Amino acid sequence: MTPHLTARNAFIAALVLALFLVPVYAVWIGNNFVLSLFTRIVILAIAATSLNLIMGYGGMVSFGHAAYLGTGGYAVGILAFEGVTSGFVQWPLALVVSGAIAFVIGILSLRTRGVYFIMITLAFAQMIYYVAVSLNRYGADDGLTIYRRSQFGGLINLSNKTVFYYLCLVILMGSIYLVWRIVNSRFGMVIQGSRSNDRRMRAIGFPTFRYRLACFVIAGMICGLAGVLLANHTDFISPAMMHWTRSGDLIVMVVLGGMGSLFGPTIGAVALLVLEEALPYVISVAGRVVTGHDVATAKEYWQLILGPMLLLVVLFARGGIDGLLASLRRG
Amino acid sequence: MLLFIEQCLNGLQLGLLLFLLAAGLTLIFGIMDFVNLAHGSLYMIGAYFAATFAAMTDSFVLGALLALIATFLVGVVVEMVALRRLYGRDHLDHVLATFGLILFSNEMVRLVWGPEGRNLALPSWLNTAIEIFPGVYYPTYRFAIIVVALAVAGFLYVIVMRTRIGMLIRAGASNREMIGALGINIKLLYTLVFGIGAALAGLAGLMQTPILTASIGMGENILILAFVVIIIGGIGSIRGAFIASIFVGLIDTVGRAFMPDLLKLFLSQAAASTAGPALSSMLIYLLMAVILVLRPEGLFPAAGNR
Repeated sequence: MTPHLTARNAFIAALVLALFLVPVYAVWIGNNFVLSLFTRIVILAIAATSLNLIMGYGGMVSFGHAAYLGTGGYAVGILAFEGVTSGFVQWPLALVVSGAIAFVIGILSLRTRGVYFIMITLAFAQMIYYVAVSLNRYGADDGLTIYRRSQFGGLINLSNKTVFYYLCLVILMGSIYLVWRIVNSRFGMVIQGSRSNDRRMRAIGFPTFRYRLACFVIAGMICGLAGVLLANHTDFISPAMMHWTRSGDLIVMVVLGGMGSLFGPTIGAVALLVLEEALPYVISVAGRVVTGHDVATAKEYWQLILGPMLLLVVLFARGGIDGLLASLRRG
Repeated sequence: MLLFIEQCLNGLQLGLLLFLLAAGLTLIFGIMDFVNLAHGSLYMIGAYFAATFAAMTDSFVLGALLALIATFLVGVVVEMVALRRLYGRDHLDHVLATFGLILFSNEMVRLVWGPEGRNLALPSWLNTAIEIFPGVYYPTYRFAIIVVALAVAGFLYVIVMRTRIGMLIRAGASNREMIGALGINIKLLYTLVFGIGAALAGLAGLMQTPILTASIGMGENILILAFVVIIIGGIGSIRGAFIASIFVGLIDTVGRAFMPDLLKLFLSQAAASTAGPALSSMLIYLLMAVILVLRPEGLFPAAGNR
């Protein structure tokens, strides 16, 4: 598969380049907010990429993916609270715990399909959310502040915002590469085959349950890593990290960008979060033009526009942004 | 012992409210094969309507009735404008579209009613306590919820099992194409079922309002509980939804009330007070996990959905 210069490839290359240049831009305009926003975007893009692995390629629509985000975050937060700040302990442990939780949830919910699967993953994520709410020692509902980011000796300093951004970006590229390798391996073929026709895959001798479970656990671990990064980024953990709407946001990112496409989730994460920042601004400008004076409160209602937009994407743009780009060439 | 009886009644009441939500969800799923995440929004809208109409008419009962009709109409309009186009699509599409609908309706409610919650005052004849057993008092209103919900459950049973409409609904649940081919106006039936589901959700929401006040997002947590109910009961089965919702309501309420005390028998005071809340909030999900292991289709899988 040789890369061609299509509109889609050019767009993706431009996007990746732009992501690499964000810190330069932030220094240039002297505004740290952009860097912070894009750090968040990149981290959530990692989570969306992991969701795409099971949802786009494996057909497992998990509505509880934010649970691993929370698990990774809580692993870091709780360890930091108990005085273990070494990243060499925190990060592997976070991955192991996310993987273990994904294993348990997967083993139970992969017995079912379709709507059942959606509801069950949602319910289990809600359970983990409530467990976090009931952790009184670790801030319960209010969450917990992390006073020291993960320490890696003298190797890398996570408190440097630019360094941290590039670390996140490298991990994002690494996850996309990993997903690419998985999807094009024999293992990935089994996963995709089982999405199209599970019964046939079993009939020709693949124990698809095990394959799907392994895939589910890998996705959970990648998302756990995103949680680790998110906790380090915000220096704060709270049950809100894994609120069910966060899981919904992740699904939206994947579908908006393009399901079952490698860079789709990244495109979707950028699109959704930039939209989230831009819509209130657009609304307030539009409000000023229409009414002739400032309508300060109107911009709070940006979800009033986002909601129907989702509906329209579902109705008319099935392949997401990536699908639109791909169809440009086909005409 | 007194506390135990009271908690059981509270659990029964929660369970019956869950049933009203779950019945609508499971009907809509069984017949239209449609996953409606926005069902909780109808619950919320019912609550806000009731608060408004009760304030306007100065009557709790009249306000509640008007709110029921209004929620039914909202359900019908939403179905006809947006959701109708999604039938037969992938379930993921349903999830996304109705997720968008949740965002929309939350903001809409904030726009119309403002960010702060709405109270619904009880009339004095409901704001008392009755003696259910000698020496055991229980709030009249909570008791009224149980009675109304049971009556609605019975009414639903009669409609679904004994009337022509119900026959069509059951036929639609087991084979959609066939009843369309037999000349039934399936579009009208879908809209009607969606409206009924909306009204049931609205009823649950408005009955909860005097206890918890109407607030934005109130329908979301209880919706996830309703999902648990449906998973346990089996998708598409009203009987399953009924039994499972009573189970879930009782276990959740009684578990929260007594789990910490129960743990104190085995664990130290400190450990029990830490583990108690966590464990009791996990109880129903553990129940769901057990049911999933034993019967992945739920307790009473509906015949048409295998």
